[in-house]
Amino acid sequence: MSLDSWVELLERLARHPLRTALTMLAVSWGILMLVLLMAAGTGLENNVRWEFRDDAVNSIWIYGGRTSRPFEGHAVGRRVRFDNDDFASLAEVPAVDKLTGRFYPRGDTTVSYDGRKGSFNIRATHPDHKYVEGTLIVAGRFIDELDLKERRKVAVIGQEVVKFLFEGIDPIGEWLNVGGVNYQIIGIFEDVGGPGEMRQIYLPITTGQLVYGGGERIDQLMFTVDPDMTIDESERLTEQVRGQIARHHHFDPSDRRAMRVRNNVERFGEIQAIFGWIRAFIWIVGVGTVLAGVVGVSNILLVSVQERTSEIGLRKAVGATPSSLIGMVMQEAIVLTSVAGYGGVVVGVGLVEVVRRYVPENDYIRDPQADLGVVIGAVALLVALGTLAGLFPALRAANIDPITALREE
Amino acid sequence: MIRLEALNKSYVMSEHSLHVLKDLSLEIAEGELVAIMGSSGSGKSTLLNVLGLLDRYDSGAYHLGGKLARDLSETEAAKLRNSHLGFVFQSFHLLPFKTAVENVALPLYYSGVARRKRNAMAASMLERVGLGDRLDHLPSQLSGGQKQRVAIARALVTDPKVLLADEPTGALDSQTSTEILELLLEVNAEGRTVVIVTHEPDVAARTRRVIHLADGRIGEDRRQEGG
Ligand SMILES: Nc1ncnc2c1ncn2[C@@H]1O[C@H](COP(=O)(O)OP(=O)(O)OP(=O)(O)O)[C@@H](O)[C@H]1O
Ligand SMILES: [Mg+2]
Repeated sequence: MSLDSWVELLERLARHPLRTALTMLAVSWGILMLVLLMAAGTGLENNVRWEFRDDAVNSIWIYGGRTSRPFEGHAVGRRVRFDNDDFASLAEVPAVDKLTGRFYPRGDTTVSYDGRKGSFNIRATHPDHKYVEGTLIVAGRFIDELDLKERRKVAVIGQEVVKFLFEGIDPIGEWLNVGGVNYQIIGIFEDVGGPGEMRQIYLPITTGQLVYGGGERIDQLMFTVDPDMTIDESERLTEQVRGQIARHHHFDPSDRRAMRVRNNVERFGEIQAIFGWIRAFIWIVGVGTVLAGVVGVSNILLVSVQERTSEIGLRKAVGATPSSLIGMVMQEAIVLTSVAGYGGVVVGVGLVEVVRRYVPENDYIRDPQADLGVVIGAVALLVALGTLAGLFPALRAANIDPITALREE
Repeated sequence: MIRLEALNKSYVMSEHSLHVLKDLSLEIAEGELVAIMGSSGSGKSTLLNVLGLLDRYDSGAYHLGGKLARDLSETEAAKLRNSHLGFVFQSFHLLPFKTAVENVALPLYYSGVARRKRNAMAASMLERVGLGDRLDHLPSQLSGGQKQRVAIARALVTDPKVLLADEPTGALDSQTSTEILELLLEVNAEGRTVVIVTHEPDVAARTRRVIHLADGRIGEDRRQEGG
């Protein structure tokens, strides 16, 4: 396209400023909606991901309950309590990756150090607990197998505990008193789960069971699975685990109350599926709006070619070739859609940026974002569609019969 | 320059077809000045459109400067119209939103002449037709005679060999008509072939050859002392 054709185009667009502006507005609006919808979608999704940030999304948690069906002569309402045998039997299951139990010490668990006292949560766990809960060791180490084997009196404490009890002191190697028993601190952790999760104190589960009268008892079991595991597979695995536990504790495997399950694979998978639908919806609405804009461009160009029939006829008479006329209309279509599309993207991305900067953190949307790659793809698509939109009016212009056109006056 | 051999043209409409040009044979040499006359509907405009490569014919042959019109693609026809032919219409057909200079420069746009150069060429052409002081006027700010001068300047700006005028004075008063006719005679005097369709005997009287069309055939082809 020559420089001249650009001057001609600008003159032509400037001749109908309102029409040009409205046509472009329709296209810009379409792209703007697409960008905003996409940003809102990712914002919602990010928020849900954030809600899940604490625990491994590929984890399954099981808790003992009370039987609600009679089984093998046992009465209803019996408590199901997991124990070390359950842990051992789950460890045998190939699909179970990281496995940990959790035991909550009973009785007096007041925590103190050097005269300072505090109330913190105590969890006695296996070494793999750090994978399931998303625990990040920042100093020292987490509980290990040897701690378990020798029932060592050691503790791993969260940053909040450090802040509260160890102002200006390195806690590693210090002795922490929990309900009258001293534990040597071996590690400090952070947890993306926030301050609540960092008020925890972890002990080896064997030590906890011994010191706080737990015997072989385990309050809950958690394990991770292959991240690629499907929802169906995770459900089958859960049933297998339920069967093993039921056999050991003599309850009806179909008794849902006897053992409760929190299947994060399933929960997260379902939410993922919902977001798949939301994303599809956004695309349908967004692309629909963009298409409406493109059809608008095509219409306006048709009207404009129609209006300019006699002008185009004269241009043909003085030497305009069919291809030069096609070029003229196509150029207009492409310029209108790409400039308007680009404008929509700029405004949309700008608005999203404003929201990110000035809208406070809330429970619904977190870190809204329009994927720039996708947006650029959308604009490229728009320009392609604009070309397509221009094609029909362009061919109409090229096919104008100069004689008929010049006779109309 | 122009040679027609047994040329036929019909307009096909939904139910019937109208045979407008019937076995027309005609030769116009380079540099000739020809008037075409005939009653309304006799096919004068149709003939001129065929000559101007704006319309196709059904059978026979039309040679323009040695080229057979039928063999030309649309693009080739457009290029020939641009470089070899100039048109003048009864109703001027100036683009209303372009100034006199821009209107005259339009054919040069399609021959790929740069903007500055073509505007200069258009301006000097306007000066030649006596409108040197109206360069930046819009058509709506010009009289009928002035508009036709602009149209003639536009037809001449690519230095064509042939000028085709369909009732160029049809919309003008007699005084202005005479001026426009003088201009066309000058164009012919430069050596260009000029074909004028006209109803006015006064106009025809000034040419050296008058062809009368009657019902799509040549009724009379008369050479005379013109000028
Ligand atoms: N596009 C068309 N479709 C059908 N018929 C047409 C078309 N153009 C012209 N005609 C018919 O062809 C015949 C010749 O028309 P043409 O315009 O050549 O006449 P003309 O000699 O120029 O007449 P006038 O002096 O009135 O301008 C007329 O009967 C006209 O109605
Ligand atoms: Mg006519």
